[in-house]
Amino acid sequence: MPGSFFSRRIITQKTAPWIFVSPFIIVFFVFFLYPLISTFVMSLQEIHGPGDVTFIGLQNYRALANEQFAHAIMNSAVYTILTIAILVPLPLVLAVFINAQTTRLRGFFKSAYFLPALTSVVVAGLFFRFAFSAQETAFINKLVATIGGTPKDWLFQRWTTMFVLVLFCTWRWFGVNIIYFLSGLNAIPQEQYEAAEIDGASPFQRFFFITLPNLKAVTVYVVTISVYGGFAMFAESFTMFGSARSPGDIGLTIVGYIYLEGFNFARLGMGSAIGVTLFVIIMTVNLIQLSFTGTFRKKGN
Amino acid sequence: MTYHNRSILIQQILKYMVMVAMSVFALAPFLFLLLSSLRPGAQMVQNGLTLDFDLRTMSLEGYRILMNYSEGLYFNWYTNSVIITIVQTCVSVLLSSMVGYALAVYDFRGRNLVFTVVLAVMMIPVEILILPLFKLTILLKIIDTKAGVILPFAVSPFAVFFFRQYSMGIPKDLIDSGRIDGCNELGIFFRIITPVLLPAFGAIAILQAMGSWNSFLWPLIVLRSNENLTLPIGLQSLLTPYGNNYDVLLSGSVLSIIPIIIVFLLNQKAFITGLTVGSVKG
Repeated sequence: MPGSFFSRRIITQKTAPWIFVSPFIIVFFVFFLYPLISTFVMSLQEIHGPGDVTFIGLQNYRALANEQFAHAIMNSAVYTILTIAILVPLPLVLAVFINAQTTRLRGFFKSAYFLPALTSVVVAGLFFRFAFSAQETAFINKLVATIGGTPKDWLFQRWTTMFVLVLFCTWRWFGVNIIYFLSGLNAIPQEQYEAAEIDGASPFQRFFFITLPNLKAVTVYVVTISVYGGFAMFAESFTMFGSARSPGDIGLTIVGYIYLEGFNFARLGMGSAIGVTLFVIIMTVNLIQLSFTGTFRKKGN
Repeated sequence: MTYHNRSILIQQILKYMVMVAMSVFALAPFLFLLLSSLRPGAQMVQNGLTLDFDLRTMSLEGYRILMNYSEGLYFNWYTNSVIITIVQTCVSVLLSSMVGYALAVYDFRGRNLVFTVVLAVMMIPVEILILPLFKLTILLKIIDTKAGVILPFAVSPFAVFFFRQYSMGIPKDLIDSGRIDGCNELGIFFRIITPVLLPAFGAIAILQAMGSWNSFLWPLIVLRSNENLTLPIGLQSLLTPYGNNYDVLLSGSVLSIIPIIIVFLLNQKAFITGLTVGSVKG
């Protein structure tokens, strides 16, 4: 085989890893590093069209001191905090319930809880948008009326909008987090529970002194992806209002604001400045969280 | 003793109440959407989503309208989504597995750097890059094309991470025996390693396919003309109460989630493996 000698000269143990890694390197340079650098550059420019660009220094960043951006930051931050406050404890408890050997229909519950994660945000949004319609006949307002409350304009007020968005997020992701916690529960050595039982620990003591500490790594992981997902939220609000605009910016998120500046107002420079700000926020939160949870500490210390 | 038994009974009842309530919460939207798709869309626009489902007035009219909508536009979207999902999944699984395998098996200069880059890309949300990426797709003339949707995400750092973890378990002997048999390094990967990685391929492929099928922000930006849209973006474009839009939206939404639910019910194990690889290792 004439080709075989040639290919063995080219594809050696030295070159092979680089051949394997090269597609990633190319994609990384073209579609990640270059855009990342150009976001920073664009954030210092006013862009009128292709080739028609003025350098304006930090002017875009100064322009970010506006009420709209304050709303976007507030909404994203509150959304992130609330979703974490719900999407850690709730799935954790449900995972413990499912994991108990005595629980029946475990497979059914696991599948049922996971199904929402399979829906696209548009389809799920369709349900939430119209279940929370302002009409008195709409599902949720009917429900509110039967328990004696007054119907609301859910998607026209700040806090009710936030409530709907957080509920929407909870619906789509709680099943996924259950899967994470279940895998964490499976990794706990059974002997720990047996020893505790011999020592006469109650189920609650076992939960707080064995289960919780053992789930630390999984919890850190869930919180990390929730911070990431929370600050990057866009689609949920976009489908709820049908665009990046919402009355009084009650549904505006940071990414929504990037989209609005970039695609509704064609101000790519301003949009990039928001992107850079989001980059800084995410990196800061991640670093704080990672150092707080001790991920940087050397093993053995 | 009876007191103890009673308290266990109460605990069990409470536990099942919570679990059943959460199942209803998870499943009810599916049922309500399905039932809503069997009545006029205008009704939902007018009254919101109501629960006064009346079997006598329900019909498949919405699905008939969907079939004839704008010369089969919905089927365009469906086809686009299927093609993008399949191509993106195959490309990403293949390329990511190669990277992950190389990082796990070879000891080469720059390995740590490449792995650090993988982790860094995982940490930075791609949402901040949408504007420069948009400009880039115009520059590369892949705007409004399937390539434009797929190329920027041709390698998934998450999948690379997964395949690295998985490939660390490959016995060195297996690779060495391939070398002795005269396979070159690429041959070893494609002939000997890929069968070993098959379960990992399954897990990541399913997860990747789910992500592609439901992907929203990037296709929304890249795809411009109506016939090129994917399902989520096409359905989103119907969110204005114009003509029969809502009939199409409801029936189209129901048909769009069916394939992924079937795939899930047939491959639940693979979904779970794919999801949990990153979480347990501290």
